[in-house]
Amino acid sequence: MRRILSVLIENKSGAMSRVVGLFSARDYNIDSLSVAVTEDKTLSRMTIVTHGDETVIEQITKQLNKLIEVIKVVDLNESRFVERELMLVKLRAAGKDRDEFLRLAEIYRGRVVDVTDRTYTIEITGATDKLDSFLETVGQAQILETVRTGAAGIGRGERILKI
Amino acid sequence: MQLSGAQIIVQSLKAEGVEYVFGYPGGAVLEIYDAIYQLNKFKHILTRHEQAAVHAADAYARTSGKVGVALVTSGPGATNAVTGIATAYSDSIPMVVITGQVGTPSIGTDAFQEVDTVGITRPCVKHNFLVTDINELAPTIKKAFQIAASGRPGPVVVDVPKDVTQAMAKFSYPQEDIFIRSYQPVVQGHTGQIKKAVQMFASAKRPIVYFGGGIILGNASQELMDFVRLTGAPCTGTLMGLGGFPSDDRQYLGMLGMHGTYEANLAMQEADVVLAVGARFDDRVVSVPSKFLEKPKKIIHIDVDPSSIAKRVRVDVPIVGDVKNVLAEMIGFCGKQNAVPNRDHLDKWWKTIENWRSRNCLWFDDSSETIKPQYVVKKLAEITNNSAIITSDVGQHQMFAAQYYPFTRPRQWLNSGGLGTMGVGLPYAMGAKLAAPEQDVFCITGEGSIQMNIQELSTCFQYKIPITVVTLNNGYLGMVRQWQELYYSNRESETYFDSLPDFVKLAEAYGHVGMRIEKTSEVEAALRAALQHNREGRLVFMDFITDKKQNVFPMVGNGKGLDEMVLPVHMRETKADSDVNDVTDRNYDTRSVP
Ligand SMILES: Cc1ncc(C[n+]2csc(CCOP(=O)(O)OP(=O)(O)O)c2C)c(N)n1
Repeated sequence: MRRILSVLIENKSGAMSRVVGLFSARDYNIDSLSVAVTEDKTLSRMTIVTHGDETVIEQITKQLNKLIEVIKVVDLNESRFVERELMLVKLRAAGKDRDEFLRLAEIYRGRVVDVTDRTYTIEITGATDKLDSFLETVGQAQILETVRTGAAGIGRGERILKI
Repeated sequence: MQLSGAQIIVQSLKAEGVEYVFGYPGGAVLEIYDAIYQLNKFKHILTRHEQAAVHAADAYARTSGKVGVALVTSGPGATNAVTGIATAYSDSIPMVVITGQVGTPSIGTDAFQEVDTVGITRPCVKHNFLVTDINELAPTIKKAFQIAASGRPGPVVVDVPKDVTQAMAKFSYPQEDIFIRSYQPVVQGHTGQIKKAVQMFASAKRPIVYFGGGIILGNASQELMDFVRLTGAPCTGTLMGLGGFPSDDRQYLGMLGMHGTYEANLAMQEADVVLAVGARFDDRVVSVPSKFLEKPKKIIHIDVDPSSIAKRVRVDVPIVGDVKNVLAEMIGFCGKQNAVPNRDHLDKWWKTIENWRSRNCLWFDDSSETIKPQYVVKKLAEITNNSAIITSDVGQHQMFAAQYYPFTRPRQWLNSGGLGTMGVGLPYAMGAKLAAPEQDVFCITGEGSIQMNIQELSTCFQYKIPITVVTLNNGYLGMVRQWQELYYSNRESETYFDSLPDFVKLAEAYGHVGMRIEKTSEVEAALRAALQHNREGRLVFMDFITDKKQNVFPMVGNGKGLDEMVLPVHMRETKADSDVNDVTDRNYDTRSVP
């Protein structure tokens, strides 16, 4: 089962490698990881997408909490949340594909951020599966390059993750 | 007044009340060694190998309950220390290891004797620090001691670059604990859960208390005793829990697990309510969780480390907290509500247990002149009144020590239970003797294990550390041979030693007393003589030539349930029981080896 964990961690060198090391040492997988400093410069916030059954996720959460520099861990799936990922995708776009891609980009609320006479680079944000679905629609043959940030997640409504 | 970083380190250690530092010098820590020389604030023990320095510091911690301290240089010094650090980590031993590092300008340049110590040790420390700012040095050392000793204890590494040891700064050591916002171990158990646990335990028909090293680390053996007495329940302990409850007590069923007693293993398997305190259902204890849970049972689990709870088995009542606090609170509730298991149920349960116990699973035949390893341990226990400090290495001898020496108090038994590190025995004995000089200290080892850190005989000579090394010499890497016999059709691949040193001469070469004992009838007198030499200040190295093929029983093979023990010969009744060699095709699980 796919899970999104949100982690508040001390913004110190080496802290992030402890988190990543924990996953590899215990043979858990990180599907995606996004991290940046927060409004409080001493804190970083990571969003980790992983998968596993209840017991695996429980262990991951406990092991993360055990790291000295980790301040809080929240399993976003425990209640409603918003998830966004940014993707830049460069498409081979010639002939009538060009119009088609523009239309598709519009449907997915994407934006064209770079153009040559044979390519489009499109920016799309959204939940991970929405980006997957865009790529599927476009079709492998036309995709020259993709780059994705990994998901960032935040609880809906009043729910906040703070110390 | 301004002090150098090296002086700050030494003064900080002094402020922590450090008595001994175990270490080995080198380029990156020269400054610190100079400060040690000049300030002369504590005793430094120069071992002959960094691994031994860390093990000795670990043993000092296990014996005294204080934080052990080791000091090693960068690069090879730090890598040599890793086995010691990992050993302490596995057994949750509070320890601070200071490692030298190349100067900050050289870090990352593959400089001479540079290694990424923080990176290498990260998976086997509770926490580690690289100190690049001298102003952070004293507070970091303070934090290191704090983290090492609190919550679930463990080793903390402080890596200090050479230029930081040379820089100058004002020194003041923090008096109070430093607040670490991201580190707040829970020590007080949840009262609601504790009440629930007491009721669940009281409702049991076949209760058992299962305790581990947490009882010893948490100084909770009195509370454990009180609880066991109050409830009338049987208890069993892990290898790491030995001494947490007096082994000669009627309510104690002996150690459980892979080489646990018949009665302890069956009681654990058949129990309907298990109260686990400071124990983590390690694979050496319950083997496969599914088999353990085949008999329906409720599990209450108390541990200071939440990640230990429900890691291997599902738990009905988890309680995160310090075992001492939680047990004390449980005792309070039991008393108030008279909530203890029903007498009649208990009587029936005890009858079953006594029946198992009467099979006498640890009986062995000591009638021949060939020395049985068990006999040596038994005699040792007799002449030391079950009260010596015993360290051991890893192998059959370790299990014989655990099975046949009746430990009566905490911190009397030191061994590497978690990592299973051969080579700890002698350095452990050194650390223990320094921490408790008034105690008799024996290292029970094998001819394989002792050779992994035998150079420490030299350290013992230098510092006059009078311990006794009891080598149960079977000429084999015995424990591995036992597995080869049982699971690899007797193919003794690389477990036989055909050129052992003359240990007597070796001991003498190092300045000690050497003895070789080859007959059962000579064992007792030799042990008494050794104890005498010891008390006169001499280290004695005893080479007991023992039965080559003695195996450790009972044994729960890999992938087996606790009730599927391979029994000692005298208990085997059926064909299946006696067909020990047949275990080959009984679904052997190769993932876990000795
Ligand atoms: C450092 C290390 N290497 C290998 C092992 C695997 N191992 C476990 S027991 C054992 C044999 C120990 O032999 P010995 O010390 O002679 O003791 P015995 O079993 O004969 O009593 C070995 C090799 C280990 N535990 N530690």
